Amino acid sequence: MTNAAAFSGGYVANLGPSEEGFLMPAVDEEGGFFWEGTLAGELRIQSCNSCGKLRHPPRPMCPWCRSTSRGFTRVDGKATIWSFVVPHPPLLEPYSSLAPYNVIVVALDEHPTIRFVGNLVSGPEGDLNEIDPNSIRVGEPVDVVFKRFRRTDGSEEALPFWVRSA
Amino acid sequence: MSPAVGFQDATAIAGIAQTEFSKHLEPSEAELACTVIVDACADAGIDPSEIDALCSYTMEATEEVDIVRNIGCGEITFFSQIGYGGGAGCGVVGHAALAVASGQAEVAVAWRSRKRGSGPRPWTSTSVQLRVPGAWTRPFGMLRPVDEIAMLTRRYMHEYGATRDHLANVAMAVRKHANMNPAAIMHDKPMSRADYMASRWVSEPLCLFDNCLETDGALACVVVSAERARDLRHPPAYIHAFAQGLPPQHQTMVNFFNDDPLTGPAWTCARRLWANAAFGPQDVSVAQIYDAFSPLILLSLEGYGFCKRGEAGPMTENANLEWEKGSLPVNTAGGGLSEAYVHGFNLINEGVRQMRGTSTAQIDGAETCLVTSGEGVPTSALLLRR
Repeated sequence: MTNAAAFSGGYVANLGPSEEGFLMPAVDEEGGFFWEGTLAGELRIQSCNSCGKLRHPPRPMCPWCRSTSRGFTRVDGKATIWSFVVPHPPLLEPYSSLAPYNVIVVALDEHPTIRFVGNLVSGPEGDLNEIDPNSIRVGEPVDVVFKRFRRTDGSEEALPFWVRSA
Repeated sequence: MSPAVGFQDATAIAGIAQTEFSKHLEPSEAELACTVIVDACADAGIDPSEIDALCSYTMEATEEVDIVRNIGCGEITFFSQIGYGGGAGCGVVGHAALAVASGQAEVAVAWRSRKRGSGPRPWTSTSVQLRVPGAWTRPFGMLRPVDEIAMLTRRYMHEYGATRDHLANVAMAVRKHANMNPAAIMHDKPMSRADYMASRWVSEPLCLFDNCLETDGALACVVVSAERARDLRHPPAYIHAFAQGLPPQHQTMVNFFNDDPLTGPAWTCARRLWANAAFGPQDVSVAQIYDAFSPLILLSLEGYGFCKRGEAGPMTENANLEWEKGSLPVNTAGGGLSEAYVHGFNLINEGVRQMRGTSTAQIDGAETCLVTSGEGVPTSALLLRR
């Protein structure tokens, strides 16, 4: 059973870190559709069934029309680097061993105020530290990829990472 | 926006106290809290049995019932706690003042006691922070507050051309003031621009000296009516105005998910603060601006209206933030960067000293002082006047 599937049963699941020790998201009743999407290779954004506006991170009520009727829309995952940082120790393992690495915030091209925190990598198997931080620029175009992790309980998770656009 | 009714200058801070600041203090947080509250009462010349209101942070470890049982309070008729860590400080004092101004209480105490120097770093907890918003940030290695604020800082530098020299100006100004303050942890440690530039990275673009200290310490203040304060031992530091701020679509510390992340809680707080005040930013003599990280001072200078948006970097030039001739001296006791990091409460007590005329970096003729709490989280601010 995937963690996302556990969510579908209606409870908050936080099944611990990945086998490598990376922190994994707690999949709750609002975020479940998102993490089911990443496992399916889709980037999904919560949408209001009443007024149609998108919102992220997910939440129960639309802050614009106050509807609780909600779904999601699939987006193409084309984005632009909005900002980035390069953390150095002290950090937690296994992040410490990879430091300095990059953390980026990207803004979706289709929806510029929908943003994600992630990492710039060379591909879905890439590590957080494989791109030279000095080469990263605000404004670079990127595309989403999905990196799969296995939690220590055996469940699977997929996180959105980002690669430079071809 | 209409001003708050019946609040302006209705109350004053009549007593302040602080413990020693250190990387490690032996007494427990509870003992430090009790000691500093009793000392603040003594500074005001009020017996602790007169306290009838207690205000602190939700992160404060010592509950009101334990304070009361230890220091021998009488009947407490008002108590409140404010959340969001470093955003709470001025709000805590503001709630104390609201209680007194509205007649709910007569002697209100606000305090913070924290052993952050010898205690654990909150960000090292991996179990409690992974829901919203941590689920969307921490798996990617954005683990610490410094990583979160560095992200906003990089964007700020990109949009406005601010530089590391501007951040160094902030850190050096605050250090200069700490060098004048014997109570400051960095009292004996001058810092040059070369020292700043040579320090190690913590989260690029922020280096070690963009980060606050890790301190054990406690502070408290006593709020009474303006009328009563005039009969007490020290010149009153009148609480002229107070505000809190939580803007639309804000996300605590990781404010990347709204339309305009660089206009944070300070902007919301400032609109209410200035609406409540009889004077404006141009009339502020000295400011104590929350500085867990140096770029928070840049963001706050803009939010509170001391310069236009994007102009805080240049505003740090020409010793503008420094005692004694700067246009807006900030953090005149050394702030969180160089005096002590006690969730910003030391900024409040320094504001009171400036109004009393007893700061170690006293601004001649200081009539008014802005004190702010954390930017990047739901925040608060006070305007003090003498």
